Amino acid sequence: MDISLDLLINAIIAGLLLGGFYAAVTAGISISFGMLDIVNIAHPGFVILGSYLAYYLNIHLGIDPIIVSILMLPFFYALGALIYQVYHLSFEKRGQDALRGLAFFFGLLFVTEVALILVFGVDYRYVEAAYIGPSLHVGFVDLPLRMLVPCIAALALFAAIQLFITRTFTGRAIMAVSQDQLALQLMAADPIKIKRIAFGLSIATAAVAGALLIIIQPVEPSVGREYIGRVFAICVLGGLGSMPGTLIAAILLGIVESLTATFYGPSWAPAVAFGFLLLTLAFRPAGLLGR
Amino acid sequence: MKSVTTAKFSLIAGAIGVVILLIAHAVGVDYLYFASYTILQFIVLATAWNILGGYCGYVNFGSAAFFALGAYSSVFIHKLYPLPVPLLIVIGAMVSGVVGLGMGYLTLRLRGSFFAIATLALAVVLQTLVVNWDFVGGSRGAYIIRPEYLEIGSFKIPYIEYLFALMLALAIIALVSARTIERSQLGFGFATIRDDELAAEACGVPTLKLKLIATAISGAFMGMAGAPFPYYIGYLQPSSAFGLEYAVNSIAMPMIGGTTSWVGPLVGAVLLGSAQQYATVTISSAVNLLIVGLMLVGFVIIAPNGIVGLVQERLRRKRS
Repeated sequence: MDISLDLLINAIIAGLLLGGFYAAVTAGISISFGMLDIVNIAHPGFVILGSYLAYYLNIHLGIDPIIVSILMLPFFYALGALIYQVYHLSFEKRGQDALRGLAFFFGLLFVTEVALILVFGVDYRYVEAAYIGPSLHVGFVDLPLRMLVPCIAALALFAAIQLFITRTFTGRAIMAVSQDQLALQLMAADPIKIKRIAFGLSIATAAVAGALLIIIQPVEPSVGREYIGRVFAICVLGGLGSMPGTLIAAILLGIVESLTATFYGPSWAPAVAFGFLLLTLAFRPAGLLGR
Repeated sequence: MKSVTTAKFSLIAGAIGVVILLIAHAVGVDYLYFASYTILQFIVLATAWNILGGYCGYVNFGSAAFFALGAYSSVFIHKLYPLPVPLLIVIGAMVSGVVGLGMGYLTLRLRGSFFAIATLALAVVLQTLVVNWDFVGGSRGAYIIRPEYLEIGSFKIPYIEYLFALMLALAIIALVSARTIERSQLGFGFATIRDDELAAEACGVPTLKLKLIATAISGAFMGMAGAPFPYYIGYLQPSSAFGLEYAVNSIAMPMIGGTTSWVGPLVGAVLLGSAQQYATVTISSAVNLLIVGLMLVGFVIIAPNGIVGLVQERLRRKRS
């Protein structure tokens, strides 16, 4: 196999763009799994739900998918808060979150997927927007706008979350709730309310991630499953609850996947995330920037 | 019921098995064999899942992966040199058991949720491997020509009847093993892990060793369930071997039936399995999967101990 420099650099750039997008998909998991210790394996299901809503509104009303996702934020936030309430009352409060909580989220993931199949069928769906198609050319480097726009939007989302978490009282309370609930109560913050806000926020990010996903690639209901391994691999590799770690891990995975796809074929790409996950768990369970 | 010994229980279970076999033979409808084979397969899968999930409290989302491992090791060996199906079942069990052990060794030392996540990802990765592996058919799938009859000396048994009998035997072995484990020291060890792992560890229970044993047994049974599958279906492709319905059903059936005893998975598998057979024919397979998913969510919220738990509660109330 001859590895030409152009190809290598293009693969790395494509990986960087892909990694930025992965960061947006993982942001929600970093909050729910990393900070709240809620193993929300249904997250990719909500991402796909976001994709389909973006698709539906884009096709029928012609709204730009990214604008759709911003419009959807309050609804996804409310959905997340509702799910947390059910989860808290049924599992967390009774101390049964390990087995039944996981089964609950697995059921949610499955129900979302099958419901989408029933409503939209198993055909691939895609959106239409001006920036899907053309690319920027800088020398021999191709920058497809289809990847560049989602990457920029993803990084903006990521930065907003990071600012919210580190600069506001609620944000800091979210980081604190995973460490010491009692101490948080002494600071006059209700841990349940804080967790509800955080979980709502994590599901809200799925709306944006979903819209970005359908810009990058056509979507069908079972695509979400491929993302389960990816998002958790990124989250664990980055270090649970560390947003900067998540970003670094996402970009790393993006680049390695892109190189794998370029030099070994796209059908091998899904295996990369799992390799990442197993290696991290075996050698450095705390992740790159883990506490 | 409680006083029945394992030997007696095995005899009774075996006798019931023979009766089922005779009834099925007397009815002699091919469709019945195909339908009940699927239900028996789910009994094995649900029981296997429950050994790790119900007894130890560790969730395995990768049932489909272990099942497919069994199925694909059969395809692999069939292409090299066709062996009799019972041998393939043993090989499938070993392959899946070893993979379970390896996965468990890497992830079970960490927090419980890591194991669950790793099993989810395992299915995706194994599917990627199989899709890229041309020897076992790749993404196109592999044909396994099922012989019309199994000939032993001058006896000729229809092959589907033979597969049905094998799966019936597997289901009985799985149930007897689950019941034996439940009542043995091993089972008590598992229960301590489920109830409070930290306390168990502090009391000197070798938790990691027990968890690894449970993972290996559970994985092995799933592999056994998968090994005859290529012969049953005749044409195996990655998307059918790794089908989501295996992962979902093997969790939903014990959860709906009840996870604390061997009866739960059996009840869940028979109820859900036959309902699905019926719904697939009359409604559609997507709708029936939706119903399974909704039932799973509903049961874990409303009836955490499943049908067996509900029945026990009612009996207790009646007595008092």
